Amino acid sequence: MQSKLYDSMDAAVTDIQDGASIMFGGFGGPGSPYNLITALHRQGAKNLIGISNGAGGQRPHDLSILIASRRVRRMLCAFTAPTHTSRPSAFSDLYEKGEIEAELMPQGTLAERIRSAGTGIPAFFTPASVDTELAEGKEHRVFNGRTYVLEEALSADYAFVRAWKADKFGNLIFRRSQRNFNPLMAMAARCTIVEVEEPILEVGSLDPDQIHTPGIFVHRIVHIPPPPEGILDTPRDV
Amino acid sequence: MVTAKSHKPVLDRETMALRCAKEFQNDWIVNLGVGMPTLCSNFVPEGRTVIFHSENGVIGYGPIATKENLDLHLVNAGGQYVTLLPFASIVHHADAFGIIRSGRIDACVLGAYEVAENGDFANWKVAGKRGGGIGGAMDLAICAQRIFIIMEHTTRDGKPRLLRQCTLPVTAKGVVKMVFTDLGVFEIGSHGFVLKEIAPGWTPEEVQLLTETKLTVHPNLAEVTL
Repeated sequence: MQSKLYDSMDAAVTDIQDGASIMFGGFGGPGSPYNLITALHRQGAKNLIGISNGAGGQRPHDLSILIASRRVRRMLCAFTAPTHTSRPSAFSDLYEKGEIEAELMPQGTLAERIRSAGTGIPAFFTPASVDTELAEGKEHRVFNGRTYVLEEALSADYAFVRAWKADKFGNLIFRRSQRNFNPLMAMAARCTIVEVEEPILEVGSLDPDQIHTPGIFVHRIVHIPPPPEGILDTPRDV
Repeated sequence: MVTAKSHKPVLDRETMALRCAKEFQNDWIVNLGVGMPTLCSNFVPEGRTVIFHSENGVIGYGPIATKENLDLHLVNAGGQYVTLLPFASIVHHADAFGIIRSGRIDACVLGAYEVAENGDFANWKVAGKRGGGIGGAMDLAICAQRIFIIMEHTTRDGKPRLLRQCTLPVTAKGVVKMVFTDLGVFEIGSHGFVLKEIAPGWTPEEVQLLTETKLTVHPNLAEVTL
């Protein structure tokens, strides 16, 4: 069996080409692949398409570093404005000036489009966004008297995922709300790269019943080194 | 329970959240939007169990975490570090929205810029901006059993937010059941807004002046009760 273990974040992202589409897991901090993002920033790939719940905020090492350095051409996400208008992001500054493209969609639609890609479903109907400007021009259909809009599956070249535990086969366990989009994205990308918080375990160390993402969906795994080289979760003001 | 704002005291944020939370019934599954709605989790009525659901897959979160019990792996949809109640469980994002779309959310509390008398509301995009913030609001708005809105009664410039029809792009149409503002509690019926409860010291006429559309005053109008 070919090893999925990589020595460094840089080695795990070195072949990502200009124009690649990349899914970024994480929601409000937990599960965000900060180490892979910063490695990709060092690597320099540009013209990227990003798929993520948000388009980066104020956290150091989040998507904002790729967006501020103009590496991302287009974002698919559930927010194209900052949650608090008083706190603009690198993305919102560029977007308001028309200097970055975006496709905005409801968060549940984003999640389901990704899940669909990972589960072999080309499209699905959802009630979210019906009667809003986001649904304009999309195919509508009525089921049992209720109107739905057609949404298509969303896959990507790469998924950047952060997990709590992994074994050498790439079986993953997430902790608490770190799970969020990560298992869906792992299944929807052609190459899934995972940064792992705990030391990577020998095969057989994890209970098969407890695994959230089977290793068959994981292609590259890297253990997050201790700081200052590695980036751990950073608390916001409490 | 009141703060001095403009010439006359209005209900403060905590009071609005507290009043809204009184609507939560035992064993309801409730989702709270970002901002003022998150305050509702602090005010679950005595003797009731409310199961708070968050878009990022946390089911059954409890009080906001303190420095002492903070867990860096655990936030709610508003990005607040939270604690878990003993019955809590975690799912991934697609299942969290499966819970929403399948109609299992008994009530969702959201903030808004505008609410119309037919139950339309707008909360994702402001005038003059290209970007918007949808998050989970559109899924929740059209799928939750009840949509409650908490917002200030007027804009910072004193313009009404309870309108004949929304001027901003809507989040969903015809879904709002109740609105909790700093001036009172409003139900949306077949003939628009019904003023059910009013902030202490205010008259229905004064509230009407700050409302674009015609208010119906409930025959049993009461002061906002907590």
